[in-house]
Amino acid sequence: MTSTKPAFRHPKLAQNSLGLTRKDYEGAVSTLCAGCGHDSTTNAIIQACFELNIEPHRVAKMSGIGCSSKTPAYFLDRSHGFNAVHGRMPSIATGANMANRDLLYIGISGDGDTASIGMGQFAHALRRNLNLNYICMNNGCYGLTKGQDSATADMGSTGKRGIPNPYASIDLCELAIELGASYVARGFSGDKKQLVPLIKGAFAHSGLAFIDVISPCVTFNNTSTSTKSYEYVREHIEATNTFDFIPLQREILTDYAEGTTQEVIMHDGSIIHLHKVDSKEDVTNRLNSVNKLEEEKAKGRLLTGLLYVNQQIRETHDILNTSLRPLNSLTENDLCPGNTELQKINDSLR
Amino acid sequence: MKPTNIDNPEYFHKVIDCQYACPSHTPVPEYLRLITQGKYDEAYKVNWISNVFPGVLGRICDRPCEPACRRGRVEENPVAICRLKRVTYDYKSSDTSFVPAIPKKKNGKKIALVGGGPASLTVARDLLPLGYEIDLYDDQSKAGGFIRTQVPSFRLPEKVLNEEVDRIIEMGINTHFNHYVDSLKKIIDKNYDAIFIGTGAPRGRDLPDLPGREAGDSSIFIGIQWLAAILYRHITNAPDRVLVLGGGNTAMDCCRMAKRLGAQDVKVMVRSPREQMKASPWEIEDAIDEGIPIIDNHSPVEFVVKAGKLVGMHFQKVQVRYTNDGKKELVPLDAPPVFYPCDLVLLAVGQMNAFPYIEEDIGIEMNERGTPKLDKITHQSTVPHIFFGGDAAFGPRNVITAVAHGHEAAISIDIFCRGKDLHRRPAPKTSLLNQTMGMQEWLYDAKVTEDRRYAVPTVDRVKSLKNRLVEVELGFSKKTGHQESFRCLNCDVQTVFDHSTCIECDACVDICPESCINFIENASEEELRQNLTVAADNPAQALYVSDILPTGRVMVKDENVCLHCGLCAERCPTASWEMKKYTYNSAEAGDKIDEQD
Repeated sequence: MTSTKPAFRHPKLAQNSLGLTRKDYEGAVSTLCAGCGHDSTTNAIIQACFELNIEPHRVAKMSGIGCSSKTPAYFLDRSHGFNAVHGRMPSIATGANMANRDLLYIGISGDGDTASIGMGQFAHALRRNLNLNYICMNNGCYGLTKGQDSATADMGSTGKRGIPNPYASIDLCELAIELGASYVARGFSGDKKQLVPLIKGAFAHSGLAFIDVISPCVTFNNTSTSTKSYEYVREHIEATNTFDFIPLQREILTDYAEGTTQEVIMHDGSIIHLHKVDSKEDVTNRLNSVNKLEEEKAKGRLLTGLLYVNQQIRETHDILNTSLRPLNSLTENDLCPGNTELQKINDSLR
Repeated sequence: MKPTNIDNPEYFHKVIDCQYACPSHTPVPEYLRLITQGKYDEAYKVNWISNVFPGVLGRICDRPCEPACRRGRVEENPVAICRLKRVTYDYKSSDTSFVPAIPKKKNGKKIALVGGGPASLTVARDLLPLGYEIDLYDDQSKAGGFIRTQVPSFRLPEKVLNEEVDRIIEMGINTHFNHYVDSLKKIIDKNYDAIFIGTGAPRGRDLPDLPGREAGDSSIFIGIQWLAAILYRHITNAPDRVLVLGGGNTAMDCCRMAKRLGAQDVKVMVRSPREQMKASPWEIEDAIDEGIPIIDNHSPVEFVVKAGKLVGMHFQKVQVRYTNDGKKELVPLDAPPVFYPCDLVLLAVGQMNAFPYIEEDIGIEMNERGTPKLDKITHQSTVPHIFFGGDAAFGPRNVITAVAHGHEAAISIDIFCRGKDLHRRPAPKTSLLNQTMGMQEWLYDAKVTEDRRYAVPTVDRVKSLKNRLVEVELGFSKKTGHQESFRCLNCDVQTVFDHSTCIECDACVDICPESCINFIENASEEELRQNLTVAADNPAQALYVSDILPTGRVMVKDENVCLHCGLCAERCPTASWEMKKYTYNSAEAGDKIDEQD
């Protein structure tokens, strides 16, 4: 009983520089529960791709298993994609990324797919700083199997099942900073004003960009006693910063008050202007970022915004010193050195 | 902005663009839906209650509903509402049980209707069931007025007209046909409780000062008189070459009629540019399709008469110019007049009101335009028991406006006869009913078809040009009518928002195909219109603004291109959006008046 979306769109829908409208970045109509945070996150991705003039066929969407991992069907229906085994999105993304470094990789995962069954894969993708936009739709429960607490559920948080979670939660952002991700952010599906720039920043970033999106499960974990409900998150959210994402070649027209902004130049030349609540904070300092997360957590607040960014960490291709050309474009001539060279190599080994 | 007051009966009414634009406020989406269900009788009844002449209007209505239709803003063309009205007539059964019973015991009040056109007939239909006794006076031998004498049969077959006119006559009107009222005083002297005047705008404009007018008189006719003469078979043929002067619908009827009476070379001469012509676009199209050129920017200069016989006309080419204060001027081009030969000229350059039978001393005051001084709402004249409607009231309009006038005048007459205040009028009858059946299931067909407007088939041109009685349009088949009805966007099924239960999850914003829904900071209407995802640049369409939400924002929906597809409600986890069918029926004579306040 899935509903179909009418084909008509607003006659004055905006076009981006490719002449595409948002419709060109849409996918199938969602089959998730009505009001699912994941749908909002999906639409934030669509908006970011539209605004950045990304060509849909230059994108590869990867996902694992779970409600979150269904969402690649709901955006960018003209892109490449692979729906992997549970928790194995990072492996598939790594393989694809090795074969064709020119595509934009969007990895979609959830808290179960990342923090439980996929924890090992997650850790190593971070460690290698794979050039992947890893978006974790985090609702603190296993929605697809009727709402059991996940590894990111806060201790004491109580979903629809009614039993408080007895375990400590995993903070995916802290973990990501610690294990080597070079762009770490946290957003909330209910705040696209913040989430869309975070995603755009991630897309401009080269290396592993991890975004933990608190994305309420409207069916099983939107109770008044849950720490991942729309209401709780709205009441406890603390934005460390707001920022403007300025794409490459766009003139900077805004003036910023000294001390409260920090400028981060991305690999592709785009600029992120951070407007910080506290001018002493430095988002490129790992220690500072982890401390800040812990401090806010101790106050019972949920820190969001761009938490950490480090343009110095090398991504996997740089570490491995791979060909600048995508492997899938290398021909026999490029790969086979020829008989003379081969003989030389053989001779050197004799 | 302040939160939208959806309890105002006009708010959701305005969202139903077609119904709101219709002078009689016919519930269009309701009858289109009934057509999709094959319920032609019920669809006809919905029409009949509201516009009294569905079969007639389904053929000749000016259709103000169609330019208003939301579909025309969503894609290229509006729903063919007018021709679907015809469908309800064409496929209904012979059942007439919808006609209300007429009480045998009268209420003792007597009403006179002067003129037997659509306005008067509407008054009669509305008042007869309430027990009024009604006398109708008309100078013709049958009722119908303008729609009988001046609308040609190739657009409106007599059979259709007779059925819908006779139905009202048979409700029990005392008819006085072939009775020209030459003195209103005589009618007043008969001591009617109220008199309704619906004598139209019967005088066709002439060009008396144009040189040659008198000399060529035998070959120059006023368009509406010429059409009436054809109906009564006083005229049965037309000469070879005919010029029709004027750019309105009467000009279109005249030129097409001339072709049917044997003219070979028919031209329509218009002073204004083509795009400013008064005729409906579809009527102009029909004329052109029949091989009649429209020659615009030509102003008549003189009738050329040789040896006592009209041989042609001179025209001056003109150009439109607008003066500084926006007034339109026709400026002659610096060129000699052009000559168009012809044997007959038909003048269709406008109609005027004329009340030669109203004596000056009976107290009916006239304004400078030659129309009576009336209360715009009650239609009451300066003589309390005399009411006006149709073209006789505010000058020439159209049939559906005349019907709307009839309804209002009937309400006024009824209130007047009961001695109450005419300005305390009955309210429209409205209801708002939830359409939810289950998960993603609605009581209405929410699917939006992508079908483009279906064309109405026409009869073979050679055949239709030979016989003025052959109706050109064949009307939709049941199947095409069914498909065309499905193009309706169900604008009467409203998106109703409850801010108190909304969790601001954005599901509705994300799913809305037309990007209508926004959650933003409140501001003035002007600013809000600019701040929406897609700017709301159609000021004729309302913004639906909610009360303040927990995040301090408001929900703002631009009603402009909403498809009423129900996806916002389907994707809403808290049923803060609901699809509710809004029924709006205009008040009728005899309805109870709210006695509060």
